[in-house]
Amino acid sequence: MKKRITLFLFALLLGVSMSSYSQIAVQADTIYTMEGNKIVNGIVLVQGDKIEAVGSASEIEIPSGYDTHKTSVVTPGLIDAHTVVGLAGIYNQDSDQDQLETSSAIQPHLRAYDAYNAREELVDFVLNKGVTTVHTGHGPGALASGQTMIVKTPYNTVEKGVLDSETTVAFTLGSTVGRYFDKPGTRAKGVAMLRQQFIKAQEYLEKQKSGEKPNKDLKMEALADVLNGDLTAMITAHRANDIMTALRLKEEFGFDMILDGAAEAYLVLDEIKEAGVPVFIHPTMTRTYGDAKNASFTTASKLAEAGISFAFQSGFESYVPKTRIILYEAAIAAAYGLDRETALHALTKQPAQLLGISDKVGSLAKGKDADLVLFDGDPLEYTTHIKSVIVDGKVVKK
Amino acid sequence: MKRFIQLSILLLFCIPAIVLAQQTKVFTGGKIIPVSGEPIENGVMVIQDEKIIAIGAQGEVDIPTNAKKYDVSGKVIMPGLVDSHSHVGGGDGGDRSSALHPDTRILDSIDPRSDTFKKALAGGITTVNVMPGSGHLMSGQTVYLKLRKANRIEDMLFVDNPREEVAGGLKMANGTNPIGKGPFPGTRAKSASMVRELFIKAQNYKEKIEKADGDPDKMPTRDIGMEALVEVLNGERIVHNHTHRHDDILTAIRLAEEFDYRLVLHHVSEAWKVADEIAEADVPASIIVLDSPGGKMEAVDIKYKNGAVLEDAGVTVGYHTDASITDTRLFLRSGAFGVRAGMSREAALKALTIENAKMLDVQDRVGTLEKGKDADFIILSGNPLSVYTRVQQTWVEGKKRFDISNPEDRKYATGGYDVFERTTQNHNHGRN
Repeated sequence: MKKRITLFLFALLLGVSMSSYSQIAVQADTIYTMEGNKIVNGIVLVQGDKIEAVGSASEIEIPSGYDTHKTSVVTPGLIDAHTVVGLAGIYNQDSDQDQLETSSAIQPHLRAYDAYNAREELVDFVLNKGVTTVHTGHGPGALASGQTMIVKTPYNTVEKGVLDSETTVAFTLGSTVGRYFDKPGTRAKGVAMLRQQFIKAQEYLEKQKSGEKPNKDLKMEALADVLNGDLTAMITAHRANDIMTALRLKEEFGFDMILDGAAEAYLVLDEIKEAGVPVFIHPTMTRTYGDAKNASFTTASKLAEAGISFAFQSGFESYVPKTRIILYEAAIAAAYGLDRETALHALTKQPAQLLGISDKVGSLAKGKDADLVLFDGDPLEYTTHIKSVIVDGKVVKK
Repeated sequence: MKRFIQLSILLLFCIPAIVLAQQTKVFTGGKIIPVSGEPIENGVMVIQDEKIIAIGAQGEVDIPTNAKKYDVSGKVIMPGLVDSHSHVGGGDGGDRSSALHPDTRILDSIDPRSDTFKKALAGGITTVNVMPGSGHLMSGQTVYLKLRKANRIEDMLFVDNPREEVAGGLKMANGTNPIGKGPFPGTRAKSASMVRELFIKAQNYKEKIEKADGDPDKMPTRDIGMEALVEVLNGERIVHNHTHRHDDILTAIRLAEEFDYRLVLHHVSEAWKVADEIAEADVPASIIVLDSPGGKMEAVDIKYKNGAVLEDAGVTVGYHTDASITDTRLFLRSGAFGVRAGMSREAALKALTIENAKMLDVQDRVGTLEKGKDADFIILSGNPLSVYTRVQQTWVEGKKRFDISNPEDRKYATGGYDVFERTTQNHNHGRN
């Protein structure tokens, strides 16, 4: 927030010309504000980098001088709840794959912030597909692979785009870990290793609380932040037994948790619900192999029916497509039983809430960041086009 | 033919079976998209045994009185989808002992009971070209299959006898996938030279056969790899060439022109850069839709607009799944994405059916709904290019192979607990 105020003052002092200070009006047949009901025949006014007003065309008059865009449908900028863009590059060569460090299986102190390549081509690609904010970072594969972050997609440096530099610590349970590491060699050993580290982190915290100053240990700091609630534990687990292991760890150590992947969530809906854990659901079209062998097109709709909060993610792909597109993943979920507006909600406001950024993004309301996607039809339909993407009041795609 | 004779003999001994086998079925009330012509609102299609015997608008088609009637009001009927590049069936091809395996047949390694066939049927696919991988310059002979119910691979073939007839194509690849350590080529130029050397050998082999003129004493020693390549040189076996980069595409065309063989380009990620050259060479392109570019150096410039650009250039263009690279259950989606990027609807529907059939030389049997063609069709809940449309039934040669109202079938459309086998992932894409 501090950054934005300075920027605004700077702009005022310099008397920045009207061309770089946005005044945009978007008129649409349907506006999905994600704040209550959709608006039919509505207008969104943008002033600077914020939304100035949202309402029906009968309530809002477009002031003169506003750059006016007419379109069929408007949604908030899409938020990818979990991706690796910016770390896992388009070329898929060793030199552009920074999503997984394999020197040891528990490295929660690695920060995505120190690896994110804001100019990576796939970042721009997903922006063109309406994704204005990503929760990105280390991919699945290590017991603890590192700290994720939240960044807006149009900016050239991580510093300019960042919304939150450390958001979660990414953990993985299941057979995926065995693909990259000799140690652990089994599921049970992996969990034992994680528990041991959390117990060490508890002791580290105890020492700090008792006034003792333990030698600063980055790994312990990261896990202590998870125990403190400063960082959320995002645990990738697909098989039902691995999901239950994740819930067991949460119960033992009392941390805030997001369940990630969750291919077999439909087997343990009651347990997930009871634990109050939200889900970053695997891409609907994820390939059915490995731990995600039992993935179903209908899982998102089952989560919705069960009243479990969930958001769509593009996940990690080791080959092609190098990144998935959350809009397309949500569309397939909608085709297989998920209510269409719930699908849009799980692309916008729901991930914003789960990531703690809903004060700025994820919905269209006065004072929120002016992040909008303009469509020429139903956003979920195969043949619909994205006409424009607006981020922080700037038209970044036409 | 042999199968047909066997069937006839069987039927002679079994009178009630004749009645059953000659059961005529008629589908009325739906919209029929024959692909060979304009869509027919309120169409009628009559099938008998494994063939379409009549198709047209209501009132224009005689409906046999004994026909079993199916009311498909509100639904859409179109041809069964033809996938010109697939890896269903869990088969393989050549091993790491050589970069060139013209002798190796994927039909010797396919599991007809593989759940990948059920998954493909759930997506409306009825005909497939099953290919070995792209990690070789020549990974082996492909096979053209009908997704009939089968215990033996022979029950799925287009041909009656694979020893006497050409049952598929020949898979080739250029670019980075076949490149590696010996015996694999280390460069693109070496790749092309190895292919050229082998085809020159095949030309010599062919010449010896022609000179022998039927005299068994003068025939060259049988070499099954050479025999397959002679079929290629004779235009009986089509080369299916994996290729991505614009210069690799042109190299594939150059070699086909040098040895005068029939070529289908596959994937063709940079087709949009050389569409006119592809058109001029009169070579069909079987393309893929990837949700994002990249994943490998050669595919960073792939575009959704490939279909539209090739259509405009006048190229015969089809889509393929490259299963399991894209999901066979969502094959219609590839055509829809073509339309999103500027392809015409008509071309997109052809690209999922008849254009692919042409690439496999099976266009007289499948790919459109016309009198005399195989009764391979799908029944859809609506517009074939909408995300909300579901494949409700898939029919192969007059037999229903998938029905979404049957839970045992439906599970293959959606996935779920213990639906798929543990080994549905992937074939060799190189990485030597």
